[in-house]
Amino acid sequence: MAAITLDHLAHSYKAHPEAPSDYALRRLDITWRDGGAYALLGPSGCGKTTLLNIISGLVTPSEGKVLFDGRDVTNIPTEQRNIAQVFQFPVVYDTVSVYDNLAFPLRNRGIRQAEVDRRVREIAGMLDLNADLDRRASHLTADAKQKISLGRGLVRADTAAILFDEPLTVIDPQLKWELRAQLKQLHAQVGRTMIYVTHDQTEAMTFADTVVVMYDGAVVQVGTPAELFTKPAHTFVGYFIGSPGMNVLPAKIEGRTAYVGGSRINLSRGYPRLAEGQKIEIGIRPEDIRLAPGGDGLPITINRVDDIGRIRIARAQLAEHALNIVVPEEARIPGDGVHAQPIPERVHVYADGHLVEGEA
Amino acid sequence: MDKPFNNKAWFLVLPVFIVVAFSAILPLMTVVNYSVQDTFGNNQFFWAGTTWFSELLASDRFHEALWRQLLFSALVLLIQIPLGVLIALCMPRKGWGVSVTLVLMALPLLIPWNVVGTIWQVFGRGDIGLLGYALNSLGFSYNYVQDVEDAWITIVVMDVWHWTSLVALLAYAGLRSIPEAYYQAARIDGASRWSIFRLIQLPKMKHVLIIAVLLRFMDSFMIYTEPFVLTGGGPGNSTTFLSIDLVKLALGQFDLGPAAAMSIVYFLIILLLSWVFYTVMTQDEDANRKEGTP
Repeated sequence: MAAITLDHLAHSYKAHPEAPSDYALRRLDITWRDGGAYALLGPSGCGKTTLLNIISGLVTPSEGKVLFDGRDVTNIPTEQRNIAQVFQFPVVYDTVSVYDNLAFPLRNRGIRQAEVDRRVREIAGMLDLNADLDRRASHLTADAKQKISLGRGLVRADTAAILFDEPLTVIDPQLKWELRAQLKQLHAQVGRTMIYVTHDQTEAMTFADTVVVMYDGAVVQVGTPAELFTKPAHTFVGYFIGSPGMNVLPAKIEGRTAYVGGSRINLSRGYPRLAEGQKIEIGIRPEDIRLAPGGDGLPITINRVDDIGRIRIARAQLAEHALNIVVPEEARIPGDGVHAQPIPERVHVYADGHLVEGEA
Repeated sequence: MDKPFNNKAWFLVLPVFIVVAFSAILPLMTVVNYSVQDTFGNNQFFWAGTTWFSELLASDRFHEALWRQLLFSALVLLIQIPLGVLIALCMPRKGWGVSVTLVLMALPLLIPWNVVGTIWQVFGRGDIGLLGYALNSLGFSYNYVQDVEDAWITIVVMDVWHWTSLVALLAYAGLRSIPEAYYQAARIDGASRWSIFRLIQLPKMKHVLIIAVLLRFMDSFMIYTEPFVLTGGGPGNSTTFLSIDLVKLALGQFDLGPAAAMSIVYFLIILLLSWVFYTVMTQDEDANRKEGTP
């Protein structure tokens, strides 16, 4: 078990990186608490797998250091790092039994047979694999195979952290929920640091205490699931998390008012420090807009209403900008002359994509 | 699950049946026809029944050729399969070396069989051949024309040179299809080089290796051109394999009936052995499929 610190870490697959775009992973400093459940969330190609491979030692970073409990492991090979990793596609040793699969990492480290047996049976119990121990691994279902690869990480008593690289990709939807819940429970049971890479926000939010959102090789926000939702630090986070994502509209700020085209939006705070030349945008979650049959608010036209079961989403138009509004199932949607009323406290202001704190 | 049965499918494969009938079944039937009759070539046929078959199966000449053939195929498989796998493991996995090795490996496969025989025939000669001359100069007495052992060694080495590439290329294709994650997981598990080979590479190569074994078995069992050019079946009859013997019988002695009977027995042996190989190599999977949960 270990706390993992990434110190001034950056990585480029090019030999002589110059521009920021040459970096697969831009400079970052993060500490992963010992025993924490983390999710690394981001779209494909944002550098999250690179980051994971750097932690596990499969990739050596071009700059910066990786520390486990303060010990520099940057140049220590994978097999000596006490890291376990579960991959996107289940990796099992097909030709041998489930038991031998689980025992494999222990036997490679020269652990006594009695101890191997005790650990294997303990972990198999945790993962519900007891009945399959004597069967060959090749014809098990994808979820059982994924459990085996997880089990191979868990059997080692000294595992510092367990890394998951989109482990549920090939699992059936119904089983995904079950496995995710099992994983969460397992985390509570074994208390190891777990880092879970995914591009699925639901997966990240349900598994992790802390979610690290990555975008274009950089970490844009580290926070609890609630923080990511209520206070996105970057327009990308707002847009990526939530369904539908946050509405981001180009705006001009004057005092406590934002102007989008010719419409006014009230803000709860002032933003006197916005610099000239920055791209100013406001972000409003679709959940934070009320519909009113007239009066105050933004004059919008509703193009379409999508009923997605629990809620409805009004696809609206404010001048040339599209606007999504979440309407509770029981609420009535007014016809003509409908106005949208954002909740002022929940309107966020972004300069060049990054959240700007207002002043009272 | 019930499979829907549709007779239209037969109609769609009909063209293939017709082509196969004309290209394979009809010629085979002429052979069957010859095998039960006696003829002197002037279109006069006399019924012979199973005479040719019983004569063939009792003949020492056939037994000897068959044993030679089995020994040759066994040697070829025992050498080429492990060697091909070993070469595949050593081949580069990325960079400019990949295309260079692939072309180099493919070269022997591109040479016509009789040219391969000629190359080795010249190569092994004691007077002008590089190999023969060098060996003799170094003090080894090497003469593939007169010495049985030397003839065998030359033919086996020639076949290894000609065909190991095929096994290597197939094994290489199998290796390349293994996802990187397997190697990464093995590193994390602290696996040794041997464990990686035994638990990851070999199982993943299994299917291409089955193909390789079958192809190499069938080809080596039917080998004709190279040894015919190199040794002509000699010295004596020591390298007269089944196919060479068959040609001697059919064209040399013009014994069409016995030759046809031998062709059929030859064909059945290949079919039988291929089936045995295939069944033995895949039985593991069948056992597993039955055991697996639905």
